[in-house]
Amino acid sequence: MNMETKHLETPLSASEVEKLHAGDNVTLTGYIYTGRDAAHKKMVDLLQKGENLPFDPKGQIIYFVGPTPAKPGQVIGSAGPTTSGRMNKYSPHMIAAGLKGMIGKGEMGPEVAEALQRHKGVYFVATGGAAALIAKRITESEVVAYEELGPEAVRRLKVVEFPMIVAQDCHGGNIYVEGVEKYKR
Amino acid sequence: MRNVNVELITESVKKLCMDANYYLGEDVVEAIEHAVGKEESPLGREILKQILENAEIAKSEQMPLCQDTGLAAIFVELGQEVHIEGGRFEDAIQEGVRQGYAEGYLRKSIVEDPLRRKNTGDNTPAVISTRVVSGDKVKITILPKGGGSENMSAIRMLKPSDGEEGVKSFVVETVRKAGGNPCPPIIVGVGIGGSFDKCAYLAKKALLRQVGSAHPDPYYAEMEKELLERVNNTGVGPQGLGGRITALAVHIEAHPCHIASLPAAVNTQCHSARHKEIVI
Repeated sequence: MNMETKHLETPLSASEVEKLHAGDNVTLTGYIYTGRDAAHKKMVDLLQKGENLPFDPKGQIIYFVGPTPAKPGQVIGSAGPTTSGRMNKYSPHMIAAGLKGMIGKGEMGPEVAEALQRHKGVYFVATGGAAALIAKRITESEVVAYEELGPEAVRRLKVVEFPMIVAQDCHGGNIYVEGVEKYKR
Repeated sequence: MRNVNVELITESVKKLCMDANYYLGEDVVEAIEHAVGKEESPLGREILKQILENAEIAKSEQMPLCQDTGLAAIFVELGQEVHIEGGRFEDAIQEGVRQGYAEGYLRKSIVEDPLRRKNTGDNTPAVISTRVVSGDKVKITILPKGGGSENMSAIRMLKPSDGEEGVKSFVVETVRKAGGNPCPPIIVGVGIGGSFDKCAYLAKKALLRQVGSAHPDPYYAEMEKELLERVNNTGVGPQGLGGRITALAVHIEAHPCHIASLPAAVNTQCHSARHKEIVI
């Protein structure tokens, strides 16, 4: 496994996505957006009605996260990834609308893998449960939509050297399959 | 009779909610430290180290270990010589959860109806299981249970003829299918026997045991050892990205059951295995 770290910045282009392979260690710097179950449902409803999203998804990355409330003086509370599989139904629509990547934990379904290949997208994982450590890599946070959803609101975050691993790439590579195959007995 | 005021119950539960979410148990920390040495995958070792570093940050800054600060599962052992005064016992516990999640800056993750899904805004209601026991003490344990790992749990009503191997295959299959979703390395809580509902309760109760402790019955202690090996042979590994360490422990709780039944339940617990208790 290649433990060398690649450094990425948002927005991501199709050619940058093509250079990424399942198992790559990467860090991310720049602005990303947050969203999980409830916000995705709302956003995909908008797309299906032909309306605009609360942000332009082109080249952007969505982080599946619902942070804890920030204490006074903190940018954000603990902010680790949530289980991505719950977004299987929604992510293909977001990718088709121009989204280039998602960050979460756990394998995403075949419908997402297919969308990643068709539209040149990538799915990254961050370490689930490393939420306090990850919060240290977030330097700005503002709610951009659906404030009423509380922890599920859509936020714009600035991240610096955010640690991730490429889990499912645009070439059909999938660390969940390859990694487990390698270590099973 | 010993009088215990509800205010003391509320105050205790509030503190338990915060402590459980900030401080990872020493038993879990030790198990993960030990796992770093055994993990063959370089990526897996990196992840385990991140988990340890995360626990350090959470402790020193009193930050939640995980953003999913859970549904508050609360276990009470209420001594029958105790008289609760000043209000309703369960209300006092719910109030403690409400205050703990607000003052501790913990996430509010409960919706008031499973289908209509409006957030209650204060992380109540907690799920409370109370047992009346002998004595004049009240023991309260909180286990903030994350949704990601809870969702990968399963129950199966096996046939008695499925026997030991039927239970073991079900446990291993459940862990393998869960993959990276429950945030491995996990702790596998297994309930065997009882009724349909009791079995699920046993699986959750099994998560409260000290990680690495063996079952007092050598028969089940041996089964736990074998299951841990089989679960780790799935190759799922830390975060499901492949590796040797899929689980830190397998804990079994068994109970008498009907002659026609062999219920088995698996409650998956993420590595952020948080629980704290107090005896009042």
